[in-house]
Amino acid sequence: MPTTYFQRSGLRRYLNETGEVWLFAQRFFREAVRRPFEWRELLNQCFIVGNQSLFLVGMTGLIMGLVLTLQTRPTMEDFGAEAYMPAMVGVSIIREIGPVIVALICAGKIGSSIGAELGSMKVTEQIAAMEVSGTNPFKYLVVTRILATTLMVPLLVIFGDAVALFGSYLVEHMKGDVSFQLFFNKVFRQLSFSDLVPATIKTFFFGFAIGLIGCYKGYHSRKGTAGVGRAANTAVVVASMLLFVLDFIAVLVADIFFDL
Amino acid sequence: MEPLIHIDNLNKSFGEQHVLNGFHLDLFEGENLVIVGKSGSGKSVLLKCIVRLLEADSGVLEVLGKSIPELNQYEMDRLRTEVGFLFQGSALYDSMTVRENLEFPLRRHPEKMAGQDVESLIVSTLESVGLAHTIGLMPEELSGGMQRRIALARTLILRPRIILYDEPTSGLDPITAKEIIELMLKAQREYQTSALIITHDMDCARVIANRMIILIDGRNYAEGSYEALSALPDPRVQAFFK
Repeated sequence: MPTTYFQRSGLRRYLNETGEVWLFAQRFFREAVRRPFEWRELLNQCFIVGNQSLFLVGMTGLIMGLVLTLQTRPTMEDFGAEAYMPAMVGVSIIREIGPVIVALICAGKIGSSIGAELGSMKVTEQIAAMEVSGTNPFKYLVVTRILATTLMVPLLVIFGDAVALFGSYLVEHMKGDVSFQLFFNKVFRQLSFSDLVPATIKTFFFGFAIGLIGCYKGYHSRKGTAGVGRAANTAVVVASMLLFVLDFIAVLVADIFFDL
Repeated sequence: MEPLIHIDNLNKSFGEQHVLNGFHLDLFEGENLVIVGKSGSGKSVLLKCIVRLLEADSGVLEVLGKSIPELNQYEMDRLRTEVGFLFQGSALYDSMTVRENLEFPLRRHPEKMAGQDVESLIVSTLESVGLAHTIGLMPEELSGGMQRRIALARTLILRPRIILYDEPTSGLDPITAKEIIELMLKAQREYQTSALIITHDMDCARVIANRMIILIDGRNYAEGSYEALSALPDPRVQAFFK
């Protein structure tokens, strides 16, 4: 039978995989509410996810705040609007730049690590060994990791935002002699409910997406050690793309409900 | 006498490739049944079908009187505690210590502790494989033979009635392989297990087998004791003994 363009193209494979990820997510929700709960492993994973990324997120946040302020300040000065610097930096970091950049860092650091770890467990039959010992490996390995990223990425974003604002303050203090209290007063006076809530909610979805894609790619890793590398790599690529799609959707939804 | 494992007319294909074609076997209490066959003849697929890591296409597959395809997930998990599986590559959890590797299945099946505490069970099981001193080590710190013995201890800790061995001596030097075979026999005596063993190693088969099945093209090609099979003039059978 001659193959159609649809069958030959990557589109079919892409749609198949999208369906499989959807089924994987459905299984996560089913297993997450079913006993027994793996509390110890969940806490362990929360610690690993948080601890693994804390330094990187902190460094990225600091540089993000420094660079954004250094690059924007001359233009603001041209308009005589340097007094608005803290407000401008605060809104842009908390609403958009902070969540997206920190989530991308986490996709690279955590997503690849989960993909490689589960992929390696798959090809060395450790997942099969759990299964034949009467343990549910999906619950132990996947549910705990997805929950850990869903809970920890928002905390990492808050930490990254705080460090970025501190970086911005350092520049403002050096260039404009702005005090710590004045800087943060200006930042928080400008921020409203509609800035904080959507920005925080979307980070839970970012964390979920990073965990989901990392686990999916690792859990379905095949073809030996090369497959492990591919799982880690595609986990980062797909999760990063998904983050931008989710961010776009989050902005659209926030625009409807909060009239941005 | 009721068999512990009863398989009849079992079929399994991957696309166009027919791996098992009407395979049948019965494993009885206290027996060591060895299955030999060339690479790709479907031996590992057979073991994976027995513990439902793979779904068979058709045929009868009963373990301890229960039809494997008809069990729900909870029933299957309960049954799996009665059927140990020793993987070819040991499959120890490499992020856990030896203690945690043994503790892992036990914590999830506390009914298997029979009133004993976790620590004493772990220590006594490790002692039975002669590796109590490795309790705090990581799998990467152990040799291949030690890993295989720890994997056997992890299997034994749930006190299974049946153990499935997938190439238990592959990748080991002859002396370590001999130690593993002796350990398998010791485990059978101490824990009263029955075993289904898949191997290429005819020395292992000679020592351990009560009965053997030669698997060719996914079918039972020949069956009998080691001595009976080695005396068969059939060249396809003889190829295994040369």
